[in-house]
Amino acid sequence: MASPVSLPPRPLTPSGPEPKVFTPRPSRLPPDRALGIVAWLRANMFSNLPNALLTLLGIWIAYLVLGSFFDWAVVNAVWEASNRRECLDKVGNSGACWPGVIAWIPNIIYGLYPKDQVWRINWAFLMLVVWLVPLWLPKVQSKIAIGFSTVLLFPLFASYVFLGGPKGIVWTVLIAVGLTGFLWTLLTSASESLKGVPVLQLAARAMGARTAEAEVKRGRLGLLGLFAMALLIVAQLDLAFVHTRVWGGLFLTLVISGFAITFSLPAGIVLALGRRSKMPVISLICTTFIELFRSVPLITILFMFNTMLPLFLPAGVEVNQLLRAIVAVCLFASAYMAEIVRGGLQAIPRGQYEAASAMGLGFWQSTSLIVMPQALKIMIPNIVGIFIGLLKDTTLVSIVGLFDLLSMARSVGRDNNWINLFLEPFFFITVIYFVFCFAMSQYSLNLEARLHTGHRR
Amino acid sequence: MNAVGQTPSSQPGPLIEMAGVNKWFGAFHALKDINLRVHQGERIVVCGPSGSGKSTMIRCVNQLEAHQEGDVIVDGLTYGADEQANAVIRRNIGMVFQSFNLFPHLTVLENCTFALTWVKQMAKAEADAIAMELLTRVRIPEQALKYPMQLSGGQQQRVAIARALCMRPKIMLFDEPTASLDPEMINEVLATMIELAESGMTMMVVTHEMGFARRVADRVIFMDQGEIVEEAPPEQFFSAPQFDRTQLFLSQVL
Repeated sequence: MASPVSLPPRPLTPSGPEPKVFTPRPSRLPPDRALGIVAWLRANMFSNLPNALLTLLGIWIAYLVLGSFFDWAVVNAVWEASNRRECLDKVGNSGACWPGVIAWIPNIIYGLYPKDQVWRINWAFLMLVVWLVPLWLPKVQSKIAIGFSTVLLFPLFASYVFLGGPKGIVWTVLIAVGLTGFLWTLLTSASESLKGVPVLQLAARAMGARTAEAEVKRGRLGLLGLFAMALLIVAQLDLAFVHTRVWGGLFLTLVISGFAITFSLPAGIVLALGRRSKMPVISLICTTFIELFRSVPLITILFMFNTMLPLFLPAGVEVNQLLRAIVAVCLFASAYMAEIVRGGLQAIPRGQYEAASAMGLGFWQSTSLIVMPQALKIMIPNIVGIFIGLLKDTTLVSIVGLFDLLSMARSVGRDNNWINLFLEPFFFITVIYFVFCFAMSQYSLNLEARLHTGHRR
Repeated sequence: MNAVGQTPSSQPGPLIEMAGVNKWFGAFHALKDINLRVHQGERIVVCGPSGSGKSTMIRCVNQLEAHQEGDVIVDGLTYGADEQANAVIRRNIGMVFQSFNLFPHLTVLENCTFALTWVKQMAKAEADAIAMELLTRVRIPEQALKYPMQLSGGQQQRVAIARALCMRPKIMLFDEPTASLDPEMINEVLATMIELAESGMTMMVVTHEMGFARRVADRVIFMDQGEIVEEAPPEQFFSAPQFDRTQLFLSQVL
């Protein structure tokens, strides 16, 4: 017990003869790496009789289903006709009647939006794409700022482009703020790609700023200049008013789900933090909101907002029908998102908070910089699941009289020329939904892989 | 039993003082009348059976656990209800945990510079220089750009030590730093801690590594049932423990 003071004698020094030298053997490849295609097929598809029979059965079923589908959609299909009757005369029900879908494509995509104004939607969409491109450019550093500017500022500018009409002073300023964000994104991603310096810093240096502090000050001046320019452009802009009543199709679906997607994540984070708050009033309010909106079907909420809200508002105050639907979907989505975020937060061990607060970080710093990034990463599959669900759930707005993608597809069959043509347009929008949802799902997988830092193996 | 610190203190008072500290978890009385003074440069090893309150005690020193009665005074400042004032006191205290608690989404270097940039608002280059200096001191500068999960347990714990040292703390707390490590990793962490002790750092270490206690500690504290049972210099503690409870414990761990 009272042995002399020494470091723990952990590595025992063996006494006796000289030890043998251990040399590790070289590693070799696992055996199944050597297999070719034929050997792989034999091992996995035809390893024994039942397995071989199942494989053949599977191939046969796939042939039947895909074969008859191919016959209907391509081989027997009619591509040129002026109405449904012509299609039926040619092939009956054995082939698809695509001309009806083709004739309706503009409506399925843009709804009843005036044909001579459709360019506005296209330009806004193009703007969004251009706004997002820098996020994939390797040399751009301000990706977080660009991402935030897209989410927060694009809706401001796009709302006006879509709606048009007279704009008051407040709205003019807001639209200009949106445009400023776009111009800043363009310039800063260009300057960062070419010179490696954000554009405002570059401009500040050109204006003679020497210190970092002066750069920030002059940089703000530069931003103000950009805003003035945007204000001038916006003042010139004069777009015809297009009532939301005629918005429809894929365009409407994307507007509603786009709002819901961008609103629900931040709102969900706030609600989840509120529910976990130690302050009882805040926690009670958030919990009540979440439980209330989660336990009611979306259809009910839409109905509530559409028919009952006007009863509570003073007479004469009219809230736009589309706006009512958007608010309803946003609230519903954020309640769901809140519970997902809360689940993600619970998966982060307490030690992370403790380590952060032991280093002197406050609650907001440790939450936003340590806990949230890790939690959001775990939540990606669930969050994208909600986004995909939202895109599809917007079909429900048809019951409050909005013409989303699904309703437009349904109206093809009510067109006198294409009477009862339902299958083909439904197939067409199925493809559209699939493309959007699959893209989101693939993007989420890609994001997960990129953010992987070896936490979970 | 007021051992004189190896490094003479310039200040008259102790660096850490716990006076009549009581702490409850619900109805469970976790700390009972803890009185403890730690002077500048002193190395205290705290041991005891699990559930004896040793971790809770050192977590009260940086207020990761708030106590209900008594005072905890660090460097002349008393913890109170004001969370912001508490955070200021906490900046002088580094802590190393049993489960490392490195931030898995940041690289080793970012883990070390994190508090420098966000709490001390230091420029990146300056923070990087400090972090690299300390990573070199714990002998893993070559791992700076890896993520924590790519490192062995012993390396992770040394990063955790470097991360805590980056804030230039006056006190280092260790909460069972080697308890979740493989035997081969324990020595590399202990060696780092011994170097730190030899540099004159004030340390409070909860550990079962009695060899470390013998070599480094100025005082060994034995706790049971939320109380400090015995407090003595290591020679006396290991050769002539005064309480039967201490003797029983030592007979089991040695």
